[in-house]
Amino acid sequence: MANVIGSIAALMNGMWTVLKQGLEGPVTVQYPEVKRPVHRRFKGRHFLRRYENGLERCIGCSLCAAACPADAIFVEASENTDDKRYSPGERYASTYEINMLRCIFCGYCEDACPTQAIVLGDNYEMSFTDRSQAIYTREMLLDPAAPDARPTPQKVAPGSFDRSIPDMKDPD
Amino acid sequence: MTDAVKPNVETTLVNLTIDNVPVSVPKGTLVVDAAKRIGIDIPVFCYHPKLEPVGMCRMCLVDIGLPAVNRETGKVETDKQGRPVINFGRALQTGCTVEVAEGMVVVGYTEKVQKARQDVLEFLLTSHPLDCPICDKGGECPLQNLTMAHGRSDSRFIFDEKIKLAKHVPLGEMIFLDRERCIQCARCTRFQDEIADDPVIGFEARGRSLQIVTYSEPGFDSIWSGNTTDICPVGALTTTDFRFGARPWELQASASLCTHCPVGCNTTLNTRREAKAGGEMVVKRVMPRQNEEVNEIWLCDKGRFAHHYAAKDDGRLTGPLVRRDGKLVAATWEKALALVAEKFEGAGKGLVTLAGGKLTNEDLYNLAGLAKARGGKALLDSRMAGGDLTAQVGLSTGSNLADLGKGDAALVVACDLEEEAPLWWLRVKQAAERGATVIVANPRRTKLERHAAFTLRYEYGHEAALVTALVGSFSPKRADLPAAVQALIRDKDVKDAGQAIAGAKDLIVFYGSEGTGLAESAALARACANLLIGTGHIGRPNNGLVAVWDKANAQGGWDMGLRPSADLAADLGAAKAAYIVAADPAGDSPALAEAVKAAGFVVVQDIRLSATAELADVVLPAAAFTERDGTFTSGERRVQRLHPAVPAYAGLRGDFAVTAQIAARLGVAQEKRLATGVFNQIAASVPAYAGLTSAALSEVREQWPVIGRGDVYYGGTTYDNKQGLGVQLPVSGDSPALTFEQPAEPAKFKGLKAVPVTRLYDRGTTVTPSAVLHPRLPGAFIALSVEDADKMKIEPGQKVQATLNGVTVEVEAHIDNSLAQGVVLAPRSFGLAIEGPCEITVKK
Ligand code: SF4
Ligand code: SF4
Ligand code: SF4
Ligand code: SF4
Ligand code: FES
Repeated sequence: MANVIGSIAALMNGMWTVLKQGLEGPVTVQYPEVKRPVHRRFKGRHFLRRYENGLERCIGCSLCAAACPADAIFVEASENTDDKRYSPGERYASTYEINMLRCIFCGYCEDACPTQAIVLGDNYEMSFTDRSQAIYTREMLLDPAAPDARPTPQKVAPGSFDRSIPDMKDPD
Repeated sequence: MTDAVKPNVETTLVNLTIDNVPVSVPKGTLVVDAAKRIGIDIPVFCYHPKLEPVGMCRMCLVDIGLPAVNRETGKVETDKQGRPVINFGRALQTGCTVEVAEGMVVVGYTEKVQKARQDVLEFLLTSHPLDCPICDKGGECPLQNLTMAHGRSDSRFIFDEKIKLAKHVPLGEMIFLDRERCIQCARCTRFQDEIADDPVIGFEARGRSLQIVTYSEPGFDSIWSGNTTDICPVGALTTTDFRFGARPWELQASASLCTHCPVGCNTTLNTRREAKAGGEMVVKRVMPRQNEEVNEIWLCDKGRFAHHYAAKDDGRLTGPLVRRDGKLVAATWEKALALVAEKFEGAGKGLVTLAGGKLTNEDLYNLAGLAKARGGKALLDSRMAGGDLTAQVGLSTGSNLADLGKGDAALVVACDLEEEAPLWWLRVKQAAERGATVIVANPRRTKLERHAAFTLRYEYGHEAALVTALVGSFSPKRADLPAAVQALIRDKDVKDAGQAIAGAKDLIVFYGSEGTGLAESAALARACANLLIGTGHIGRPNNGLVAVWDKANAQGGWDMGLRPSADLAADLGAAKAAYIVAADPAGDSPALAEAVKAAGFVVVQDIRLSATAELADVVLPAAAFTERDGTFTSGERRVQRLHPAVPAYAGLRGDFAVTAQIAARLGVAQEKRLATGVFNQIAASVPAYAGLTSAALSEVREQWPVIGRGDVYYGGTTYDNKQGLGVQLPVSGDSPALTFEQPAEPAKFKGLKAVPVTRLYDRGTTVTPSAVLHPRLPGAFIALSVEDADKMKIEPGQKVQATLNGVTVEVEAHIDNSLAQGVVLAPRSFGLAIEGPCEITVKK
């Protein structure tokens, strides 16, 4: 007898679970119309950031490329002039490429960057029909300049940006 | 360099202990060097093994103790266990200035020493910028490395008090200075003073305002400037050529050779694949590769910066060109080679091959082989003679200019050594500093004279007479010698110099091409050989004849059986078919351009479209030296190998391979695949090269000072030599009989006499493609004596019309106050039509 009651209880329990699930909303979203927010520390496709004045943060130092365990980054530097200035200091990245097929989204590049130029964003929408499409160039990676800032290259007053890396402050 | 580490100084050994490791080193060795010899690193900044120690930076502080000596007995005191009692000083001492002593104990691992190193670094970094990410030195920077190894993680200095200095100061057109990065070690200034003897940079002001400035106009006017960037322990000095070119760790390294002069400096080519070059591998910088018997750890600026002629740019030839309807048009290799073979076949014995002296031995061997098989002429594009004599009485195996010292002598005749072979100038100068008697014989002042014991002047054209007079000064009088020689023999300096030469333990004679054409060069080489034979300075190491060739591999050319033409214009003009490889006669001289035009069928093989190529019927492209394997033979007769650094442009092949393909079509079998294959044939068939193997060329020995990637703080960024020191060829041993040929009287001209001289920075085809050198390349010029300039009222710098051999060019007039009246210097490879002494008219 106790057996029968036990079986019914189990059955009811199961039915209840089904019913409860049936009453809950769907877990899926209508991607791509609807997008789920990503985790705060999610690592998606990279961006090359700018300073407020529009100058590029990247100084072409190649440290991201050196840090990259997947050898996904290629940087080639050139020299800034005050007439054609891309970034503060003497050096800028004239070529900057990330091969997204190689990238394992570890974020080491972000850690290595002395100017916080390269950051991994929340964009995970990368699909390619051709290997060469997976190469993200400098132009694709660079954030657009803010509306009130000038794009690069900029013509600036001589000697106004002679340091590549923002000055340090005394530690408290 | 201290005496003790010089190879030829007999030394007593001193025993000491460094970090508990017992070591015996020659007396006089500095503590830092003694440590280095047993692989213990005492960090240094201002000390450099090639420079005199100054003890300026204090990085090398160590604890140094000496055995306590009992004043009464004079014996070393011992403790109860019988070990010597060591007295350490209260203060630490600089290991770079203290010489080793018997029983000395050096300690570098104690907390006291570590603390001192931390403090020195903290102090050096007070105002150092946060530049490592963009600094060209980053990754191979002694300051960076030593800070990581010995520095503190924080600083007690206040960031706000950092001083800001100029970061973009051109010291000259080739070297940039970042004042913030300079740690004021004075390595650069001491290099310029002590080694280059061009004291053009120095310190200005004192204390925190101390800074490097240049005193010369133009700035940093020295052909040695690039070396300062190698030994600067920080990124304060950078080259225009490489600035921001790549990070050091991204570069690949290939062993190569400098192809600009007969010294044969060992180089490392740093390469990288570049987006700017359309994805090609490119040479980013040329670095010295240590060879203590050739270039030590140095390079001249031509070797360092004039590599762009081999670059993969639009100027390079990528495919064969064939003349059709008067125009050079692209053709397939098949068609071009078939046409060439057909014409060479038709030319029969009328084939003339002319080979440039920057070709490898393999190229020259195949070229000479082809010419000989066809019964044609194998000519070397050089205006110097004596390659047969250098093979007989040249330097013997085991010679090293660093071995010349007290009791030895070096004669440098008809040669501006610094301009013609810079590294030899440096090495001969160092020989003089070690006590060797250096005798400079030249009609005008040259830089080497500063170090000469004897400076002999003669009239241009009397070079052979001067050398003959030197022989005459210690041998029995001969009445049959020409008056010029007799007069020179009576000169006191000549007599004294002759005595010094005769009495020298070892003697090396360098003869150059100052003022000589081929005929004068032949007489001079012969006279120099006479001198060496007459004084018995042959057949032993560090004795013999060195030709300061006008081309890097001219010696190889002679050895492979090519000879300069006594009358190149006639030979070319009469050629039924001319095969001109890596030479530009038409560009060198308008007279030769006419000869090329007169030649029957002209094939030019080169890497760029030269003036001669423009006149050719067929132009064949070849791979540049950066893309090739092969060997060169230096003026010291050292056979050295270069390796390909980058893939050949457009699939091009070495000159030997192109020649072999032509030869194959003419039924002459030649190796066309591997340069080493040709090299093996050379070893089998050229007596002097008998038994040579690629393996022998690749042998390396322990070298001092220790230079290498991990040791950048010590010797600089020069590469260590892992790819071979080369093999010095033996001399043939059959010494030519001592024949006193009567030196001919120099040709006399009614008007002014022009004499050819060599300038390091010329306007030749291997120099001008390097834009980085352009600010330093002079325009075409002539140099007049003060008297002639006065007479014609010509001011220095004034533009004048100079006519040589019927060709008039506008040149700038220079004035040389060491020049005799009636003589005009005409530099080679500046578009002036000069091959040997000739008449010149100068009009305003
Ligand atoms: S995220 Fe990691 S793998 Fe991707 S580019 Fe950056 S360093 Fe390389
Ligand atoms: S992204 Fe940062 S680390 Fe990478 S090259 Fe630019 S500045 Fe250097
Ligand atoms: S000199 Fe060395 S330590 Fe100074 S910024 Fe350059 S790499 Fe860094
Ligand atoms: S520029 Fe370099 S080598 Fe010269 S003093 Fe400064 S740190 Fe030393
Ligand atoms: S004081 Fe010894 S290395 Fe500078």
